[in-house]
Amino acid sequence: MLDIHLQAASLAYGERCIFDKLDLSLPGGHWTCMLGSSGVGKTTLIRMLAGLMTASDTVRYQGQVSCCDGKPLQGRCAWMAQQDSLLPWCSVLDNVLLGERLRPGRLWRTRSALAEQRDRAMILLRELGLADLAERLPHQLSGGQRQRVALARTLMEDRPVVLMDEPFAALDVITRLRLQDMAARMLEGRTVLLITHDPLEALRLGHQVLELRGRPACLAPPLVPPGLPPRPLDNPRLLALQGQLLAQLREDSIHNEQGLDSNCRPDKRGTDA
Amino acid sequence: MKGWSRPLLAIAGLLLLWQIVVTGLSVPEYILPAPVAVLARLYTDASLLWNHALVTLAEMLMALVLGVALGLVTALCLLSSTRLRIWLLPLLLLTQAMPLFALAPLLMLWLGYGMASKVVAAVLMVFFPVTNGFYDGLRHTNRDWLDLASTLNARPWATLLLVRCPAALPSLASGLRTAVVFVPIGAVAGEWVGSSAGLGYLMMQANARVWVDLLFAALFLLALCTVVLYYLTDWWLRRLIAWHKPS
Repeated sequence: MLDIHLQAASLAYGERCIFDKLDLSLPGGHWTCMLGSSGVGKTTLIRMLAGLMTASDTVRYQGQVSCCDGKPLQGRCAWMAQQDSLLPWCSVLDNVLLGERLRPGRLWRTRSALAEQRDRAMILLRELGLADLAERLPHQLSGGQRQRVALARTLMEDRPVVLMDEPFAALDVITRLRLQDMAARMLEGRTVLLITHDPLEALRLGHQVLELRGRPACLAPPLVPPGLPPRPLDNPRLLALQGQLLAQLREDSIHNEQGLDSNCRPDKRGTDA
Repeated sequence: MKGWSRPLLAIAGLLLLWQIVVTGLSVPEYILPAPVAVLARLYTDASLLWNHALVTLAEMLMALVLGVALGLVTALCLLSSTRLRIWLLPLLLLTQAMPLFALAPLLMLWLGYGMASKVVAAVLMVFFPVTNGFYDGLRHTNRDWLDLASTLNARPWATLLLVRCPAALPSLASGLRTAVVFVPIGAVAGEWVGSSAGLGYLMMQANARVWVDLLFAALFLLALCTVVLYYLTDWWLRRLIAWHKPS
């Protein structure tokens, strides 16, 4: 199990400081769910962890990502975004095997090794109830099915860390609940960071729930909901916490709109990491 | 009505109107021949027309193969390096800024009287829409797919081959459709400047001898070739990118 630490993370768009000297810890083998109103910098934070940020003239960022085993995180985290990002010209099975196809060395792999990968992908698809759809193209699937394929692709990578940016946001409520259960079951034991807008989702799935708020944004002390995820929906304690979180998020969003932000001084800012 | 019946009906209507105008106003044949006269020419001079059409068709197909290949390579070059793009882009625009009708005599001077000068003229018409379409598609690959490829530790060439190129196909397809419609212009313009065969040559000869019905017959064959080529290309492209659902 891999603990991940992000230290002294800063981000500024031009003169506007989004967050500054932010520290984030993801305990190994646990789900960390992060809430926050739109534009607070959640997505940028997770992209920094995934190594997806590119330097530009308008965006300045820095931050130190470290793992408890001292090796870099790069190449050891799986990524799942709000859009399922399925390649529309590839079948479901080929989409699940995408990582295999894109990485070097495929040409030198033996036939039996390739068949083994295929079998593993089929097992995953079966577990997610997609075995019959393996040869379909993504546009022939429903939104929930597509996101399940994306989950299978993520699981196929078998990485110790999984970063998810609002993966279930585009789904209807029932499908979302089913996928939450599936994801909680299949990703058990991995270090997961899940970004979400939905307090209930965070409370159901997170071993700890964080909230990013303010400008420059900072992290509120972690909230640890009672019980183990995935938590049942009819837990009154959970619903009470949801109410509190919603009220908090609403207040934050009003604050953000009123522009109660304190701009960072430009001289304090570093350049790209 | 089926997909084909409407355009056929429109063409039939147009021909009928044409016939009525020519007969009704007794337009002399050297100004505008009646459709019936053109049809008669198509029948009596079938082998002559067909032989010349084959030459033009061969030029068009050769130009398509070469122009598409050149366009694909150019687009990949444009994508590969910013420095190359800075040098290449003005040159590309230059080939398009000069009118083909001004270049065609030069091409004949350099490449001779034969097929080569016509093929090159047609290539000039083809490769720009192809380059433009493919390069545009390559540049606008969905950011999410590239992010995903990056987190999957993809090799850059694998990303190019398995993600960027297929993603650029819809855009390349619209370039190809344009190219197929433009290619006869290049071939015929080349033939007009100087040639001994081809529909363009036949049109020049017929025009000089005021055989306007033959001119129309050649024109009809050229249009037919273009339309058939277009629909074949379109059919093939539709099958190739059946996964593409425009939003």
